[in-house]
Amino acid sequence: MKKQILNNSEYIIKKAKVVRTKKLTDLEKFFEISMPNNESLDHDPGQFVEVSLFGVGEAPISIASSPTMRNSFDLCVRRVGKVTSEMHKLEQGDEIGIRGPFGKGFPIRILEGNDLFFIAGGLGIVPLRSLINYVIDNRRDFGNVNILLGCKTPDSMLFGDEVEIWQKRLDVNFNCTVDKADPDWAGNVGLITSLIPGVNLDPDRTFAIVVGPPIMYKFVIKELIAKKIPERQIYLSLERHMKCGLGRCGHCQIEDIYCCQDGPVFCYDQIKKIRGAI
Amino acid sequence: MQIYKILKKSNLDSLVSILSKKQKFMAPVSKGLNKFAFESVTSSKDIALKYIPTILAPKKYFMPQYETLIEYDTKEGQNMKAVVEYENMVLFAVHTCDLAGIQCLNIVFSDRPKDLNYLVRKNKITIIGLECNEVCDEYSTCAFMDNDLPNGGYDLFFTDLGEYFIVHVNTQMGDAIINDTKLFEDATVSHINELEKLREKKRKLFINQFGIDRQKIPELFDKSKESQIWDDIGNRCLSCGNCTNVCPTCYCFDVMDVQNLDLKTGKRIRVWDSCQNETFAKVSGGESFREARSDRKRHRFYRKFKYPVNRYSRFFCTGCGRCTRTCMAKISLLETLELLIKENKVK
Repeated sequence: MKKQILNNSEYIIKKAKVVRTKKLTDLEKFFEISMPNNESLDHDPGQFVEVSLFGVGEAPISIASSPTMRNSFDLCVRRVGKVTSEMHKLEQGDEIGIRGPFGKGFPIRILEGNDLFFIAGGLGIVPLRSLINYVIDNRRDFGNVNILLGCKTPDSMLFGDEVEIWQKRLDVNFNCTVDKADPDWAGNVGLITSLIPGVNLDPDRTFAIVVGPPIMYKFVIKELIAKKIPERQIYLSLERHMKCGLGRCGHCQIEDIYCCQDGPVFCYDQIKKIRGAI
Repeated sequence: MQIYKILKKSNLDSLVSILSKKQKFMAPVSKGLNKFAFESVTSSKDIALKYIPTILAPKKYFMPQYETLIEYDTKEGQNMKAVVEYENMVLFAVHTCDLAGIQCLNIVFSDRPKDLNYLVRKNKITIIGLECNEVCDEYSTCAFMDNDLPNGGYDLFFTDLGEYFIVHVNTQMGDAIINDTKLFEDATVSHINELEKLREKKRKLFINQFGIDRQKIPELFDKSKESQIWDDIGNRCLSCGNCTNVCPTCYCFDVMDVQNLDLKTGKRIRVWDSCQNETFAKVSGGESFREARSDRKRHRFYRKFKYPVNRYSRFFCTGCGRCTRTCMAKISLLETLELLIKENKVK
């Protein structure tokens, strides 16, 4: 067997550095990461990277920060599998492999000038944070902004400090709910769908951007359609096992769509008839 | 201008002997019980010139079951080099169905982003095709898929005409073999007439069993998403993944790390995977997006007859019949297509 070095294989990783970590909850850890020579990742909100740790493997992880932050980017990782468990052991200064960014993110050019309605369930806030912060950093380029956030319990809420800032801003309407309250919780209790009817919006110029667990989509979409938001103005991000990121390995395929390249962000109008998408 | 040469059968052994000294020479070998496999040979007596599709398709040389993508060393950080492993080889006696399979893989791996591991390896392989003079068995559907006659994808193409092979020279790489070995003679008009006669005879032997045009298939699949037939074959399927392993065009894979005993160095490898496994479309959170076997069976059929037609204007079924031959639950591709055609009354 002969061997040849490949200088431009798609599997080559970039050696990135962990700049900062923070434990967010028992399950989720936050990482700020810088690429070699502080080069910009140059991603679109909603894209993902493949995180690599040799000896363990690779995992697709949503980018949590806005591209307006140029010298580094954020990941927020739930400990659920082999790679993510190993990632949780990483601390400041550790090296980590990055491939990407991959996929199609949120359609910023289409969203510009329009009203935005963000709906995040659970970990869905992670990819949405990249877009919310982008919109906040370019606030005058967008119309009204509504954010709904839902999580299981108050202590599972991610980015609490930032949520507090969003809440205080006069140019953002924010509301949140928990499935199950604790004694200190003074806010809403119930499913995120229960908050949608009360949101004041102009359906003609509102684009809804929804990210949450797979089960959430059909219920949220039903409420959005009841609000008369056109189907082509609803965007969502689908979770699949994006193993290679190159549109080839087949794991993330839904009918003839490769989630890693054609998504993970899709317009509802485009995928509503695709079997197994939602 | 088409170039044809003649190789006397008595010269085949010399050809194998010369070529197998320069590089690996792979050819179909009998494994008993009417099973065949591509293996390395050095003499023509080991080659099964009459064979039904081998257990594994020649895919195994283009996209090995295990292949190294990266060699890593974590002693000081995440250090790595990307590599491709390859072997110079001649692949001999590849049937037209398998030539079509290789063409499908070529398209997939040269699509952007290009897969250099595949593309480097593919050009180290010389392909010599061999015509099927007869239908291999009742499982093949090559005539329906238009793969009973050669459609390119080879360097040389052999047709067995009794005492000799008539050889179509398709590439410079093929011509080099003609020139280097000096075993071939020019073909005359009468040789070419003999080839025409065989092809004429084949037209009666290789028949489309379905009575519909192949081009109706994507439309048929458009209407069949919710067919009961997927439940029926899903109920019988054992999710063993045999069909995807033997398929000449199934290319789904997993990527995994194999650590050396020092726990510092190792390889990142690509391994064949199967959409028929329950865990294939599962995410870490626990959700499985094709949990039902019927969904997975449907997916595989659509990946042969519908999705690649959308993407590449090409069917990814070559008609080789391997999936049917190997299925432990006796799920037949031919029968499944017949049932779908009947259900939708396609003419």
